[in-house]
Amino acid sequence: MKKLLISLLIAPVLAFAAGAELHLDKAPDRAGDTAALQNGAKVFVNYCLSCHSASYMRYNRLRDIGLTEDQIRTNLLFTADKVGEPMRISMQRAEAKQWFGAAPPDLTVIARARASEFGSGSDWLYTYLRTFYRDDSRPTGWNNLVFANVGMPHALWALQGEQVMGEDHHLKLAKPGKLKPEEYDAMVADLVGFLKYMGEPVGEFRKNLGVAVLIALALLFVLSYALKREFWKDIH
Amino acid sequence: MADSNYEKFKSDGTLLGNVTEWVDARFPMTSMWKAHLSEYYAPKNFNFWYFFGSLALLVLVLQIVTGIFLVMHYKPDASLNASGVPVAFASVEYIMRDVPWGWLIRYMHSTGASAFFIVVYLHMFRGMLYGSYRKPRELIWVFGVMIFLALMAEAFAGYLLPWGQMSYWGAQVILNLFSAIPLVGNDLATWIRGDFVIGDSTLNRMFSFHVIAIPLVLLGLVVAHVLALHEVGSNNPDGVEIKKKKDEHGIPLDGIPFHPYYTVKDIVGVVVFLMVFSVILFFMPEGGGYFLEYNNFIPADPMVTPPHIAPVWYFTPYYSLLRAVTYPLFGVDAKFWGVMAMGAGVMIFFFLPWLDRSPAKSIRYRGPIFKGFLAIWVICFFILGYLGVLAPTPGRTLVSQICTVIYFAFFLTMPVWSKIDKCQPEPDRVTFK
Repeated sequence: MKKLLISLLIAPVLAFAAGAELHLDKAPDRAGDTAALQNGAKVFVNYCLSCHSASYMRYNRLRDIGLTEDQIRTNLLFTADKVGEPMRISMQRAEAKQWFGAAPPDLTVIARARASEFGSGSDWLYTYLRTFYRDDSRPTGWNNLVFANVGMPHALWALQGEQVMGEDHHLKLAKPGKLKPEEYDAMVADLVGFLKYMGEPVGEFRKNLGVAVLIALALLFVLSYALKREFWKDIH
Repeated sequence: MADSNYEKFKSDGTLLGNVTEWVDARFPMTSMWKAHLSEYYAPKNFNFWYFFGSLALLVLVLQIVTGIFLVMHYKPDASLNASGVPVAFASVEYIMRDVPWGWLIRYMHSTGASAFFIVVYLHMFRGMLYGSYRKPRELIWVFGVMIFLALMAEAFAGYLLPWGQMSYWGAQVILNLFSAIPLVGNDLATWIRGDFVIGDSTLNRMFSFHVIAIPLVLLGLVVAHVLALHEVGSNNPDGVEIKKKKDEHGIPLDGIPFHPYYTVKDIVGVVVFLMVFSVILFFMPEGGGYFLEYNNFIPADPMVTPPHIAPVWYFTPYYSLLRAVTYPLFGVDAKFWGVMAMGAGVMIFFFLPWLDRSPAKSIRYRGPIFKGFLAIWVICFFILGYLGVLAPTPGRTLVSQICTVIYFAFFLTMPVWSKIDKCQPEPDRVTFK
């Protein structure tokens, strides 16, 4: 009996040992860092928001990360007339599909969609945006380590420079870009931090509220337990 | 006014007394209150496992109330909006962002779905531990299994509504199962989908099922479940009938009025449950990808099949039963027999009251065969659940086949071993410290 129980418990462990691995770099945490999130928003609006929409996100929601409506209107409002509008783009999806093979996805909740057993969505994005490399066999001339045969060219190449795949299967910087590697990584971290914020703008508030709710419930527990004790005194 | 057997309140002259008397002359208010709460005698030895019935009721109310508010903003529409996103998917994000407190209501509903299954699974397991399905409680159990079935249908229909990739492809896998039925399968599947593929008509009918049809059935069944329970009285961890020993007023010696004793006790259970619920809701609403699957943050795309389609966790044990069957039989495709295995895996619970022939009800007085077999069965259930999340490999399929055999053997051989198992004598009265 015991042997059977133990072998039953071990069987799944053996069965699950196999499976492809995906190594992701840990994305630095930018939650609550308004300066970083604002920088991320700037990068997003300048580099991403021409092909990718963020159509569930309204511009004026960016007040969450410490911007005023005036600042948003002057600095970030490129694709809409009114600050209450969502971050849409003017590119037609049908055309985009012809150009890239697939229409660029909406990025509002991309940081949530890219989570997997290998890491958070932020980790995936942080790794993805730093592992583009030159590949002449691809129509765009670019390939990627975590997203093989990706349709998107390296939109940030001018900043990062050009990486190539070495003999040892590691990426090497062949042509430097405008930013030093550590500056580039920090900028991508800001951008990913912004994408994570945008995936769930209420995320930080949710956790704070959770603490308050749990404290209230703990008090309620003390009261309800005392009430129960009082009533059950007569039961023997 | 016509006479009835209902006990009627006699006013003491106060306003409240007058109102109660007036209502009682027209509606059995006082007698219902007494029959179901203040003079419903429940055994005094309920333990931890007995919280999950009232918690299931709590979650049902939670789902209905949050559901009402979600329907005010959700749009069951598979057409694409100006940004190329399905309207249904966009409307869920609209609730998460633009509807004041919409995110909280939505997370309550999505976490509530998983909580419902956790609570119901524990509630059912309680019944198995203490023989709560045994005579005279067979109908309570049968209504309960029907609730479980309705709940699965409700969860399935609800999971399609966010119209994400997992909604779409999960429904594709499950609704396609009907096409495995010989001869009529393909027509049946088309009839259920309302289209040749899963589309807007499927979404709309699932919405209708989810918010109208199945909740009505669920509520009716819950009422039947509780009425049947209150007719025969609750079982308890000792599995003895408290109605056999009564005092001179006809009140069971080991019984206490449900109200106030179990109402105040269940409030404690509710608070503890809400604390666990809040930890998930506020700190990990995705439940590690099990409560809200990551892939479901990508809008449904009929042209892109995800590499791995996993059902939500509460369906995975049954999904494993489906996948475990890999042999065609009698010239019919293995898929058909897989569907049969999955269906049988749920339906077999209906027969439990008649499969169990043990002289003792509760695990406390049952023999080693039951204890050992139940432990193995539970482990198999967990393994099947875990395997159901993963992509199949030959090794995993073999494990799930072994577990499938054990899963069914537990029930099918029960009439034999439950009879010969060495039980201890049940006590006359409940044990209570």
